[in-house]
Amino acid sequence: MTPAIELRGLEKSFGAVRANAGVDMAVPPGTIAGIVGENGAGKTTAMNVVYGMYRADAGEILIDGKAVRHDSPAEAIKHRVGMVHQHFMLVENFTVLENVVLGAEKGALLEAGLAAARTELQRLSDEYGLQVSPDARISDLPVGEQQRVEILKCLYRGARILILDEPTAVLTPQETDRLFRILKALKAQGTTVILISHKLKEIMAATDLVFVMRAGKVVAMRETPNTTREELAELMVGRKVHWQIERVKASPGAAALTVEHLSLAAGGVPLLDDVGFTLHEGEIVGIAGVSGNGQGELLEILSGILKPTGGLIRIGGREITPRHPADASEMRTLGLAHVPEDRLKYAMAGQFTAAETGMLGRQRVLPFKGPNGLIDRAAIARHCGDLMERFDVRPRRIEQLAAHFSGGNQQKLVIAREIACAPKVLLAGQPTRGVDIGAIAFIHRQLMALRDGGCAILLVSCELDEIMGLSDRILVMYGGKIVGEVAGEEADERTIGLMMANVWKGDAA
Amino acid sequence: MEDAIFQIVALLAGTLRIATPLILCAMGGVFSENAGVVDIGLEGKMLAAAFASATVASATGSPWLGLTAGILVACAMSLVHGAACITYRGNQIVSGVAINILASGLTMVFAVAWFHMGGQTPGLDNAARFLPISLPGSESLAGVPLIGPVYANLISGQTLPVYLTIALVFLTAWTLSKTRFGLRLRAVGEEPKAVDAAGISVAGLRYRAVLICGGFTGIAGTYLAIAQNANFSREMSAGQGYIALAALIFGKWKAWGAFWACILFGFLDAVAIRLQGVHIGAFAVPTQAIQAMPYLLTVLLLAGFIGKATAPKNDGVPYEKGE
Amino acid sequence: MRAREKLPAIVDLVVIPLANVVLAFLAAGLVVLAIGGNPIRAVEVMISGAFGDSEAVGYTLFYTTDYIFTGLAVAVAFHAGLFNIGGEGQAYIGGLGAGLVALALDHTGMGWLVIPVAVAAAALFGAAWAAVPAYLQAYRGSHIVITTIMFNFLASILMVYLMVNVLIGPGNMSPESRDFLSAAQLPLFSDWLDGMGISVHGSPFNVAGILAVLCGIVVWLLIWRTPWGYELRLLGFNPSAARYAGVNEKRMIIVAMCLSGALAGFVGVNEVLGVHHRLLLDYALGYGFGGIAVALMGRNHPVGIAFAALLFGALQQGGAELSFEMPQVTREMVVAIQGLVILFSGALAQMTRPWFEWPFRRRLGGEA
Repeated sequence: MTPAIELRGLEKSFGAVRANAGVDMAVPPGTIAGIVGENGAGKTTAMNVVYGMYRADAGEILIDGKAVRHDSPAEAIKHRVGMVHQHFMLVENFTVLENVVLGAEKGALLEAGLAAARTELQRLSDEYGLQVSPDARISDLPVGEQQRVEILKCLYRGARILILDEPTAVLTPQETDRLFRILKALKAQGTTVILISHKLKEIMAATDLVFVMRAGKVVAMRETPNTTREELAELMVGRKVHWQIERVKASPGAAALTVEHLSLAAGGVPLLDDVGFTLHEGEIVGIAGVSGNGQGELLEILSGILKPTGGLIRIGGREITPRHPADASEMRTLGLAHVPEDRLKYAMAGQFTAAETGMLGRQRVLPFKGPNGLIDRAAIARHCGDLMERFDVRPRRIEQLAAHFSGGNQQKLVIAREIACAPKVLLAGQPTRGVDIGAIAFIHRQLMALRDGGCAILLVSCELDEIMGLSDRILVMYGGKIVGEVAGEEADERTIGLMMANVWKGDAA
Repeated sequence: MEDAIFQIVALLAGTLRIATPLILCAMGGVFSENAGVVDIGLEGKMLAAAFASATVASATGSPWLGLTAGILVACAMSLVHGAACITYRGNQIVSGVAINILASGLTMVFAVAWFHMGGQTPGLDNAARFLPISLPGSESLAGVPLIGPVYANLISGQTLPVYLTIALVFLTAWTLSKTRFGLRLRAVGEEPKAVDAAGISVAGLRYRAVLICGGFTGIAGTYLAIAQNANFSREMSAGQGYIALAALIFGKWKAWGAFWACILFGFLDAVAIRLQGVHIGAFAVPTQAIQAMPYLLTVLLLAGFIGKATAPKNDGVPYEKGE
Repeated sequence: MRAREKLPAIVDLVVIPLANVVLAFLAAGLVVLAIGGNPIRAVEVMISGAFGDSEAVGYTLFYTTDYIFTGLAVAVAFHAGLFNIGGEGQAYIGGLGAGLVALALDHTGMGWLVIPVAVAAAALFGAAWAAVPAYLQAYRGSHIVITTIMFNFLASILMVYLMVNVLIGPGNMSPESRDFLSAAQLPLFSDWLDGMGISVHGSPFNVAGILAVLCGIVVWLLIWRTPWGYELRLLGFNPSAARYAGVNEKRMIIVAMCLSGALAGFVGVNEVLGVHHRLLLDYALGYGFGGIAVALMGRNHPVGIAFAALLFGALQQGGAELSFEMPQVTREMVVAIQGLVILFSGALAQMTRPWFEWPFRRRLGGEA
């Protein structure tokens, strides 16, 4: 059978980085194909080339057996390719209807096009179970519904090949199920679906066949029924993976950080709601949850970036309340260190050198601020050299700009910096995001060693495996609340998954 | 009573004349900034257009050729701004400042070199200018109370660019809200990546918006030099481009909002002119206080003390592809 | 994702900025050609006009002083990620502060007291004029570019009001204050040199020049050698990271803008206490905007700013000479050149970069 879409030798480089180094794949029509691979394997780049967002340096794209050129999304749309990006391409202050017709207006005046779109939208909603309200403003819609608008946009343009990039990253397990039902309905109507994901479980559940990408190439293709998660994981990283993290039983000590009735509201919307827990010396407490359920805000409050609107935090003999808040530098003096979830946003400035990055947050304390009040450049250089040595940051150039390091090396430098000050409490947000497999194991060992040395660690991660592998206790967050707690050794994915969706009914369920 | 009506009508007519260049620049700004390109170079484009139109009108004797020259020169400067902001992703404020300073310098350089009149261009004959147009019936209605003077001195008796300006406000508002181009334009100022993903050229839309802005400021400059005045003179735009920018913000980046803000600012200026040297008892009315109103009001509005002005989300942000 | 090629530092810091300035001057040369002048001749006239004799040098350095102040002002704000386009107004109001002190205290005859107080007043007034937009940016979220533009106009309206209605000197026809007594006049270098027996032509170059150099050194120390400067630059590069690092963003915005405004205010010292010796209208005209060109050309570094300021000072002085020698070229040519420098060194700064990237591209590609 002629493939619905075929890529031959697709290449794409960004400066010196080769994102795609000859991608070959063929997807038969009317199937759901998965693309899996580690961060940076080139999945998104390849699909952005197919959709015309980037122009390929070399290689061919064939649709229904005919070679096509996609220099812009316009041509991809003409060839009935649609793409739902990981970060939605929606105009937030437009209505659903306006977003759907944008670029497919049917004439220079809007009125007729909008009316036609309204009818068509109704038909598509009924046919595929894609309920949306056409006159709602995007900014008022929950994420799951925004995603349905994105799918509707593609269908309205007559897409026969639908690409979805990490569509489940923002969804609860239940919303994910619903999405997969929609995709199956589309497949039944003959649409070809390409699903990018790094969640192997979902790939196993939703696809007919899987392409595995590594280092810019497709390294394997498997029929989904004939493969396993373990095999796919192995193919992704190119060697055997040990999911299990070696650990000794924790021996928690005194309370290092206590949180009581903590809340945060912005414009009347509660982002954190009556959160309470205690973090003890020598234990790792993991926080599980679909991203966007308050974990980010919790870390930002605990680290002093945000002020809480209610409740209190106890750390190092200090009580922090909305009336007596502490900023990030005071939190540091209280013994707290923070590896932020979003490294580029918080933990560094691209135009700073590695040496300057290594002192970030401690710019006003010894040894960086010398006795004369000026910056001690020699101390900074020494310190950064030490950090790079201990965490094997490459290249070892302290004068290189932070932006010019790879993501993994930036992350290692940040973690090294935060661990180096021997914190009593460490907030670790997505500590291994964007880091290669070898370094992940190294970072996990460092965190365990820190715990065994008596540090209290609060771990936030969207990798459930990481949470379950490292944590002594697991808290589950949903809608800004802590909705469940499980001991580390008793944790199972199903229970945590139901808690993450807030449908766990306790042991009776 | 008669006299009061006459005074008020004269004041309103003055308001309209003063507001015209403001409205034109502000409408240009509506296009540019709704598409995501901040334009603090309205002033410079207007000044350059004033010089170009006065020069061409004096050389050819035709106001229409003058208008064409004004529009062309302002559009050329818009293209420079577009190249800097859209193609080379430069700082849009810096680019606008450059355009203003460049216009201020070059108009003088060329004016002095070509005309040797200390920076002025030669005075224009009436044939080379846009003159007030008397609408039919203004004579016969003159005797009717209220309607007569309003019709004769406010509605009739304006120059062609004034009428054109009013039409352009309607056109701007209609284009933005009712047409495909308007929808795309607003989308590209809010969320350019959505426009890109929809298969529409972000750069193409923004260049079109910037060029329209150039056209509008070109008409504004032409109005200054060959309708309101009869030649170009040094710095004749006198900060009106900045007032238009303030009006654009005061009108919350909407066509009608900006229009009424321009009328308000024009009215304040007209009042200030009338009150110059007027004493109430022994107290001289400080016209500076009225002149300062547009700036003060804009500052207060931006600070959120009177309503809230929110710019298009990606106004001033260069678009770069990628995650 | 468009990865910019990594270029050797010398190309990034010296070659490209220089190429941009050269482009600006080539464009200016074209303008001179277009009005029938000879650009080479124009350059010769300008150089001799700016450096030909001690009087010319004095004037050049006098203008340079103004440009250093406003260039530093723009640069300090820029490092904090703020575009201070209000240098015009801050310089203007700074001069008002200096002038008020001079008018109030010059009769004491104690120059050692009057001048430092007047200088401090200039800084204070300039800082205050910048503090309001800074406060509104920090606490009310108003866009500082727009607010500072508005404050330029407000400064100008305020000065007209004060000069016409309040400060006008007795018996003056034009809106100018009475002349300051000698206690409030800054010493001129030409007088000092005369006093030492070195004969030079008189020029307005005065001790404010020393103040400018000191300001440059202090700004350099503050920004690159203190934790405060580290935090300022962090805020400019990445405001979120600044909050993560415990920087009080609001206070930093206000302090940075006050420093910026104070530096701009020193233009008032150079002009009002240095030359005019009275308060008048429009003495600061053009220096605020010129400072943007100077800061852009000098890459926001005091050393670069000093060179750029010298160039603009020379242009200003040489441009005056030019308009005598070549009547078809007016002084406003200097303004046009400023515009071109802002355009090519600022707005179009990325245009020339690809021209210098290609020789390095293959080598970098080979590393991947």
